[in-house]
Amino acid sequence: MNVWWLMVTCGIVTFLIRFSFIGAEGRWAMPSWFRSALPFVPIAALTALVAPELLLVSGKLALIAENSRLWAGVLAIGVAAIWRNTLLTIAAGFAAFAVLRAII
Amino acid sequence: MAGFGFFWSVWFGSVGVDESLVMKEETGRAAAFALGVRALLPMHLGVAPFGVIYGVVALQSGIPPLAAIAMSSIVFAGSAQFLLAQLVGAGAPFLLATGAVGLINLRHALYSASVAPILAQLPLRWKLLLSYLLTDEAYAAVIPHLLKTPQSPLAHWILFGSGFALWAGWQLATIAGVLLGAQLPENLGLDFALPLTFIAIVVPMLTDRVRVATALVAALVAVLLSGLPWKLGLFAAALSGLATGLVLRRAKP
Repeated sequence: MNVWWLMVTCGIVTFLIRFSFIGAEGRWAMPSWFRSALPFVPIAALTALVAPELLLVSGKLALIAENSRLWAGVLAIGVAAIWRNTLLTIAAGFAAFAVLRAII
Repeated sequence: MAGFGFFWSVWFGSVGVDESLVMKEETGRAAAFALGVRALLPMHLGVAPFGVIYGVVALQSGIPPLAAIAMSSIVFAGSAQFLLAQLVGAGAPFLLATGAVGLINLRHALYSASVAPILAQLPLRWKLLLSYLLTDEAYAAVIPHLLKTPQSPLAHWILFGSGFALWAGWQLATIAGVLLGAQLPENLGLDFALPLTFIAIVVPMLTDRVRVATALVAALVAVLLSGLPWKLGLFAAALSGLATGLVLRRAKP
């Protein structure tokens, strides 16, 4: 199997997925229900990325004291909710993560 | 000097006020681009180690160094590149590898739909460029800005800024990984920067109960289906969250 051909094909597939709706815009009428779902895309997609990172350890649910990512993440969620500041949220999350990793 | 001012504004965010209209538009673009770059910068903490590890894993899978580096600009999709490296190492058939990469990247279609109305009026070359640069990170970093001012004539420069910043960082990290060779860097936990940044982006968006429910359902489904291959659980979770938001918004407008 030629690695280069595989890469180029996968690159085209990836690009076409990303271009799909951007390219189709104006050529088809996006249904109104579809359009009204779009504001939820960042919330749904990004939460789906984050949740397993916090809740799973080695692929298993880990609601335990030793899961430092979970508790640092919970703290970060609180900080983000109160101060709505990106850098502060990251700093607080990392600080909590470092402290918890050192303790545990 | 215009070039210097441009870079100055990228890194320090201070854009001087200019008299001429032309200059105003130029500084507006520079400021929008800079906004995108700055929004993405914290993510480099998490992306850089990820890119280095990709470089190492690709070499270990038997991919030649030049091809490993080129893959980061040809495919330009973190988790798909990891998967592809593993599949090549395992000698997986062409169609299976291509299909798996397609499935793992399906969620990008949602980002495409999300930004499509904002980019609708742009010429094709911009649509092609921004599609190529549309990743989890680049999208996440600037989507709050884009949703705040969807009619902004400079929205595409913001997205270009974050897309380019991620692209450049990813290429450098990949090259570093390939040069490091067999040596995996020590796990310092820097990858935690990515979920933290996503938290910082999503939490302020949870302004009502429908949005909170959207997030809770997406989180629940993502965890429940995390065992599915090719990140299909992520895609199913995102769709479940979308459906939740849509249904609840209809029920209680």
